[in-house]
Amino acid sequence: MKKILVYLEPQNNSFKRVSNELITAANNLAQSSSAEIVGLCIGGNSSIYPSAGQFGLKKLVSVEFSGAYSSTAYAEIVSQVAKAESADVLLFASNATGMEIAPRISAKLDAGYVADCVGLEIVDGNIVATKPVYAGKALIKTKINKSTKVFSLRPNVFTAVKNDVGSPEVTNFSANISDNDKKASVTNVSTNAGKLDVSEADIIVSGGRGFKEAGNFAMVENLAAALGGAVGASRAVVDAGWRPHAEQVGQTGKTVSPNLYVAAAISGAVQHLAGMSSSKVILAINKDKDAPIFKVADYGIVGDVFEIMPKLTEKIKAVKG
Amino acid sequence: MNLLVCVSRVPDTATKIFVGPDGKTIDSKGVKYILNPYDEFALEEAIRLKEKNGGEVTALTVSADDATDILRNALAMGADSAIFIKAPAEPDSYQVAHNIANSVKDKNFDLIFFGRQSVDFDSFQIPSMVAELLNIPSVSVVSKLEVNGSKVIAERDIEGGKETVELSTPCAISAQKGLNEPRYPKLPDIMKAKKKPIEEVAFFQVDAAVEVISIALPVNKRVGKILGDSDSDINEIVRSLHEDAKVI
Ligand SMILES: Cc1cc2nc3c(=O)[nH]c(=O)nc-3n(C[C@H](O)[C@H](O)[C@H](O)COP(=O)(O)OP(=O)(O)OC[C@H]3O[C@@H](n4cnc5c(N)ncnc54)[C@H](O)[C@@H]3O)c2cc1C
Ligand SMILES: Nc1ncnc2c1ncn2[C@@H]1O[C@H](COP(=O)(O)O)[C@@H](O)[C@H]1O
Repeated sequence: MKKILVYLEPQNNSFKRVSNELITAANNLAQSSSAEIVGLCIGGNSSIYPSAGQFGLKKLVSVEFSGAYSSTAYAEIVSQVAKAESADVLLFASNATGMEIAPRISAKLDAGYVADCVGLEIVDGNIVATKPVYAGKALIKTKINKSTKVFSLRPNVFTAVKNDVGSPEVTNFSANISDNDKKASVTNVSTNAGKLDVSEADIIVSGGRGFKEAGNFAMVENLAAALGGAVGASRAVVDAGWRPHAEQVGQTGKTVSPNLYVAAAISGAVQHLAGMSSSKVILAINKDKDAPIFKVADYGIVGDVFEIMPKLTEKIKAVKG
Repeated sequence: MNLLVCVSRVPDTATKIFVGPDGKTIDSKGVKYILNPYDEFALEEAIRLKEKNGGEVTALTVSADDATDILRNALAMGADSAIFIKAPAEPDSYQVAHNIANSVKDKNFDLIFFGRQSVDFDSFQIPSMVAELLNIPSVSVVSKLEVNGSKVIAERDIEGGKETVELSTPCAISAQKGLNEPRYPKLPDIMKAKKKPIEEVAFFQVDAAVEVISIALPVNKRVGKILGDSDSDINEIVRSLHEDAKVI
């Protein structure tokens, strides 16, 4: 391992939190070798670069890009930077962008790629990546037998650690991009304005079929509001049309790892667990004491959500002052 | 239109998983294998395009095990023919991607469909990898698709919203749930599928890029404090969340 290239994603006036997590993960890998770390940022305002220094990034390559995000063009840029820097390890977030461009880049660099890692460590000089498989029912440890190694890391699993090294040294790289590289371009982005997305929330309160109808989700919203979290849902609820698909947690929905995940009136089917079992703390509320969700819960309340949710919301408000 | 759908054969998500004696693979005894659920959305979309514009749908899989069962499913849904690339041993994604790309590079497919992920290793990588190897654009996790001649407009899910992407054929699309409602084959379709051709293609020899060192079941490190619903129980849970877990 000589050089680790960390793909950083600007968002509004900072980098995404997962970008800082990637920097920390890179620092951890570099500790036991003498590898260098370089960040890569495409587009975005240079005023946010210093913030990466707070997490230990000393070098940053900045690439200007005009026009809309294009997976093909971005993949080409990252590959050009990786080659110019002779990077042999590349780190991405396993989010919408990372999951789309990392495999493309690994093909361009003839690298090996492991997606959605929840652990990275060095064993006998090799990077060993841990990833959940079979809907989280098992974990595999893998190693890459190619000189260039690409990993995407599950957001919120690796903790970003502050390690202020001042502003990173910035170099500008002008990528050689033709129109042919922009074969797929984004023409429109619609965001769920003002709503916290489950994939980016620290706390998620999810409701299941036990709430019986869409209107009762007010209870879920109230608890989420009291906790400052986002609302999530099981597939049963989304299929019934009570909540939008954007809120679905699970194999067919989003994979989340919040600090606190509350599963209320959700049975805990394996496909639901696939999306939330890496949450740091899980609270389950269910009237069935044998519901599978209790097997993965840190805390549980056995009883009726209609009675418990309002009480719990009040008590949490009281604790939070 | 010349349409290809890549499908994979995976353990049913409801199956219990046991680690095999080598500690590197799962014990396949008693495991029920199915057509990857996301690939049904991919197949359905391709079949609808064919029904609208004419053309052919080919299903393709790379597998070390006999995968004719899932290819027959794809044929029963409405694919016209199938390609089976038999691997000498369980292939990794790198080998699968290279095999798909190698076997279809001269076949001039307009669109290549995939599922968003294969529910075995959930690696979300074959679609963009194959697209790159074929030097064509792609869009992943597509929940809405419009194809007009060579123009393709795809909508995909991103964090906190949706993104619309424009591209042209030839291109690759990975299907998300919601793209369509996959059809259930009826008995006559299943009978007809038995007569449709499955071509066996030799494995294109490349070394795997990723090696599995071990597979293990997750260790449950959860606190497991399950209480009732009395006021004092709820108080205790709130106190634990606040003072022990420090998450509120
Ligand atoms: C290929 C595939 C992909 C899938 N993907 C997903 C996915 O991404 N996400 C997902 O969530 N599911 C997914 N599923 C569906 C999954 O198998 C379950 O059907 C679903 O998660 C069930 O949702 P639920 O827990 O809300 O409903 P149920 O299983 O019906 O559970 C409702 C629970 O509420 C409890 N309850 C009822 N009333 C009360 C009350 N008054 N108070 C307290 N508790 C109460 C019940 O005891 C029960 O445990 C998928 C399935 C397949 C086959
Ligand atoms: N062995 C395989 N043979 C053919 N297609 C595959 C294979 N594995 C995965 N795919 C396709 O690639 C998609 C994404 O799989 P993956 O990248 O493995 O998560 C699947 O939904 C299939 O469409």
